[in-house]
Amino acid sequence: MTHSAAIAQDVTPVVSMDMITKTFPGVRALDQVKLDLYPGQVTALVGENGAGKSTTVKILTGIYRTNGGTIRIDGNPVTFASPNDAANAGITAIHQETVLFDELSVAENIYIGHAPRNSFGLIDTARMHSNAASLLAEIGAPFSSHTQLSDLGIANKHLVAIARALSVDARVVIMDEPTAALSHKEIEELYDLVDTLKAQGKAILFISHKFDEIFRIADRYTVFRDGGFVGDGLIADISENDLVTMMVGRSVEQIFPDRTHNVGDEVLKVVGYAHPTEFADISFTLKRGEILGFYGLVGAGRSEFMQALFGITKPSKGVCQMNGDLKIIRSPAQAVENGIVYVPEDRGKQGAIIGLPIFQNITLPSLGRTSKNGLLKLAEEFKLAREYSQRLDLRAASLDQDIGNLSGGNQQKVVIAKWLATQPQVIILDEPTKGIDIGSKAAVHDFMAELAAQGLSVIMISSEIPEIIGMSDRVIVMRDGLIAAELPREELTPETLVRHAAGISQPTEGAA
Amino acid sequence: MKRFIPLREAILSAAILFLTLLVASRFPGFVAPANLANVFNDTAPLIILALGQMVVILTRCIDLSVAANLALTGMVVAMINVAIPGLPIPIILTIAVLMGAFMGAINGILVWKLSIPPIVVTLGTMTIFRGIIFLISDGKWVNSHEMSPAFTGFPRTVLLGLPALSWIAILTVVAFGIMMARTQFGRSIFAVGGNPHAAVYTGINVGKTQFWAFVVSGALAGLTGYLWVARYAVAYVDIAGGFELEVVAACVIGGISIAGGIGTVGGAVLGAIFLGVVKNALPVVDISPFWQLAISGSAILIAVAFNARSGRNKGRVILKSAEATQ
Amino acid sequence: MTDATTARNIPDRMNSRAVRIFKSWEALLLAVAITIFVVNSFASPYFLDAWNLSDATFNFTEKAMIAFAMALLIIAGEIDLSVASIIALASTAMGLAMQHGAGTPELVTIGLIVGLLCGAFNGFFVTVLGLPSIVVTIGTMSLFRGISYIILGDDSFRGYPSSFAWFGQGYIYWVFTVEMLFFVIIAVAYAVLLHKTNFGRAVYAIGNNPTGAMFSGIRVQRIKFILFLLTGLMSGIAAICLTSRLGSTRPSIASGMELEVVTMVVLGGVNILGGSGTIPGVVIAAFVMGLVTFGLGLLNVPGLVMSIFIGLLLIGVIALPRLWTMAAERRKE
Repeated sequence: MTHSAAIAQDVTPVVSMDMITKTFPGVRALDQVKLDLYPGQVTALVGENGAGKSTTVKILTGIYRTNGGTIRIDGNPVTFASPNDAANAGITAIHQETVLFDELSVAENIYIGHAPRNSFGLIDTARMHSNAASLLAEIGAPFSSHTQLSDLGIANKHLVAIARALSVDARVVIMDEPTAALSHKEIEELYDLVDTLKAQGKAILFISHKFDEIFRIADRYTVFRDGGFVGDGLIADISENDLVTMMVGRSVEQIFPDRTHNVGDEVLKVVGYAHPTEFADISFTLKRGEILGFYGLVGAGRSEFMQALFGITKPSKGVCQMNGDLKIIRSPAQAVENGIVYVPEDRGKQGAIIGLPIFQNITLPSLGRTSKNGLLKLAEEFKLAREYSQRLDLRAASLDQDIGNLSGGNQQKVVIAKWLATQPQVIILDEPTKGIDIGSKAAVHDFMAELAAQGLSVIMISSEIPEIIGMSDRVIVMRDGLIAAELPREELTPETLVRHAAGISQPTEGAA
Repeated sequence: MKRFIPLREAILSAAILFLTLLVASRFPGFVAPANLANVFNDTAPLIILALGQMVVILTRCIDLSVAANLALTGMVVAMINVAIPGLPIPIILTIAVLMGAFMGAINGILVWKLSIPPIVVTLGTMTIFRGIIFLISDGKWVNSHEMSPAFTGFPRTVLLGLPALSWIAILTVVAFGIMMARTQFGRSIFAVGGNPHAAVYTGINVGKTQFWAFVVSGALAGLTGYLWVARYAVAYVDIAGGFELEVVAACVIGGISIAGGIGTVGGAVLGAIFLGVVKNALPVVDISPFWQLAISGSAILIAVAFNARSGRNKGRVILKSAEATQ
Repeated sequence: MTDATTARNIPDRMNSRAVRIFKSWEALLLAVAITIFVVNSFASPYFLDAWNLSDATFNFTEKAMIAFAMALLIIAGEIDLSVASIIALASTAMGLAMQHGAGTPELVTIGLIVGLLCGAFNGFFVTVLGLPSIVVTIGTMSLFRGISYIILGDDSFRGYPSSFAWFGQGYIYWVFTVEMLFFVIIAVAYAVLLHKTNFGRAVYAIGNNPTGAMFSGIRVQRIKFILFLLTGLMSGIAAICLTSRLGSTRPSIASGMELEVVTMVVLGGVNILGGSGTIPGVVIAAFVMGLVTFGLGLLNVPGLVMSIFIGLLLIGVIALPRLWTMAAERRKE
């Protein structure tokens, strides 16, 4: 069901991507997609995680090179060999992760690469600071251009990134999930800014997961799914429901496994966990065979709390009990000994040990069982690895293959297999399906349900509402490091979740 | 909010001042202007090399070949001087700088184009350069009587009360001050070391910046090579043996973070001066010069422990209540 | 979704053992070693003499002892540049004890303890204070040797007991030296430790991804601390052998040896950035370096010119495979 939207307007797009393909070893990240950006208009790029949005941004900013297709600027084909080429073409981006320099001042961060020069060809610091100051004033930033970046909080860093984008005379501004880390008030200020940019005739590519936001500020939409183009058109012509259907490509209920929701006795009890800067007053219980969802906006403190529970960071207060016994967990090793395991969100850095073969990844925390007197027994290791890779339906050429050569979904399966092999009682899954393909996603969901049915207690952190609603027996919503709500299965609706997560008292309807 | 970089420089300056005054309290002659000028002149090669090393370390690399580069360039210019005694000093200086830069470029190209870790590259070129000195000199010394008076005299030529060697160090400091603060290259160096990932997004070529950092470091090593050989009026295989570690030590003491991206010209200079003052003070207070090595080792450990304490990463502030109190 | 109904059987290994060995770095290095051996035996008539070859092993036995421990440390993503200075300090401590009448057993104990203490000192700074090992050990490199200089200055310790000479000058049988025996025992011990134990597996995990290893429940700092202890201990053993062999202690003893040790480790195929490498590789690298030094020595090539070969070898063995891959990629395009 491809929506081909012929928009009858005489405006030519500033940027036009046509039949763009990008492949990585083993993955086709983008497959013949198209995307048009028009002057003075906001185009929302909509898609699930892994749809290819970030790849598109990286292509437009010259970080990645395409494997096929054409990019046109004002109708003329161009190729971006480097980020400089894209910048010279007037394309600038505010990236999802802040790509700024902590050790440099705000003004330098804004102007690095294109600082004003004096007649000796040296950087004109005075002019740089005065220019930066006026840019900062324009966007209402409450700090000086002389501030060192590391002294700023995340929201203010974002303003620096925006100022940087404005400092070049950009015709195209890309905003990759710009509101993810911002407060409600800051988001409103950002909207005003977007309006200013529109009025200046800049083309804006707006990437967001939040539908209220898209309907609030976007003029057009383009939908990607699994690296392919699905459709585009004017926001005015489409309803929220239709956009969701285009994005997901199927109805939400279908993907998730049927579950019986039989929960048993209490396994884990957390009382009053707190941290000086990250979270406070976290108390909850977890029962046998239960899937407990943790929902919240990015940066609500969910991962930070889980890492404290897993012994990576030290909480300032709080205790936890396993099966009624008080446990003190001060290192991951102790957490594993007590039957708590954690599948982290940052798979490449924290989950998989890239460079080690699959079987060694799986057996790493279980070496105590597969070895004798500290001496490895390879046959035992392969046996364990075989057992769990089969249970998770792992796809790999061989068990001694480097885990780094697997796709994201299969890496995730190895990480989960690694923890299941320790025979835990509580498994914490932090964004378990982020950035993995649909097939692996469904496999992870099925497996999660199976684990719960076998009596394992699961804590699932997810920012995807369908996943939270589809999988959880109960959901805890976190906001600003605190528990905002605890919702039983029956009360789970997207609206309730979003309201608690964002701290909005009344239900809001789409556009303002 | 405290800014820790100037703070560190203040502490280092205070340490140097304290040390100087301590020595002066028993031996007032130590702070006589002539002696201080002497100390500075003696430290000049270390200052010049520390600045080159700083640039390299800021880009997350390390250059262990500087002392070997210095020795090889020194030997080559000494031999050129023996062969063509009439060659004017500016040409000698140019040859020294270009030759040093060329050796730096070899390091740089291996790091940039072949992505070989800098420590391996410079460990290798360090032994190779030393070996080449032996090959070309046949293990023989070039002594003062073989060198022309103009050749050996240049670093000692006094201008406005200071020898040329000191002036070159001062000029280098000024040039680096401007380069690091006011040029695209200088700022790119901080960007590459501070956040290489982000540098790519900003259109900065990380490998190329590292290459040029090695070229700068090599050029300064070459320059120092001539000055060293001329000042001590002797060239042989082992001159400045192990000096690369003293150079790295000066940087570490001066607060240049080995992880890259953090450091200042002032810090590197103060680090070098600190080592220079220690070295010159020991004989004055009648402590055996054999203490110097242990003292600089301890200074490195103290400096690096101090850097880590002030630079420790704080987590993200999520709690509203915590944000308010920050 | 494809045929996900049947559980898939994934083979344990992609290649047979023979193929893996054939394709390994160690095989390449072994070929280099054999070539050097053959070339040398043609180049000099004195090369294939049992006693000459036996003498040649002193070129690498002491360095290799440290190199094994250093290999583990580098695989775990750390480095210790202070090893030669630990030798100096341990040797100086033994010399002091000898002057106060210590016998051979006491001297050996002191050498080992000083080595361990120095290793613990490095380990403390790196694992407890969380400082980068390269800077810490550049600092302790000056500090440890500096203490030797403070104690000895221009002097030297001489007159070690004759029984002490056994370690560095003794023979077990025919041309086989005591140091060779140590070399073999230590090589086997480290090969088992790295390749056959849980500890060794943790070392690889830490080197490939320290955060991931920590998240997998490995006590990363404890393991790194033990590795520094081991490196210190090995330096202590090397100090005993070297002091015994030379029969004297000067503060400049073993100067520059740290770089030769690191070269040996890197030449042995250990990734300087951590994560991979083997003990057999380091053993072969030790022989390669020993053979090059010995062979060139027989041809009257001076030591410093040999260092050119070592330097070229170090860069060449890393650069050539990379150049090869780059050329192959270019051809593909």
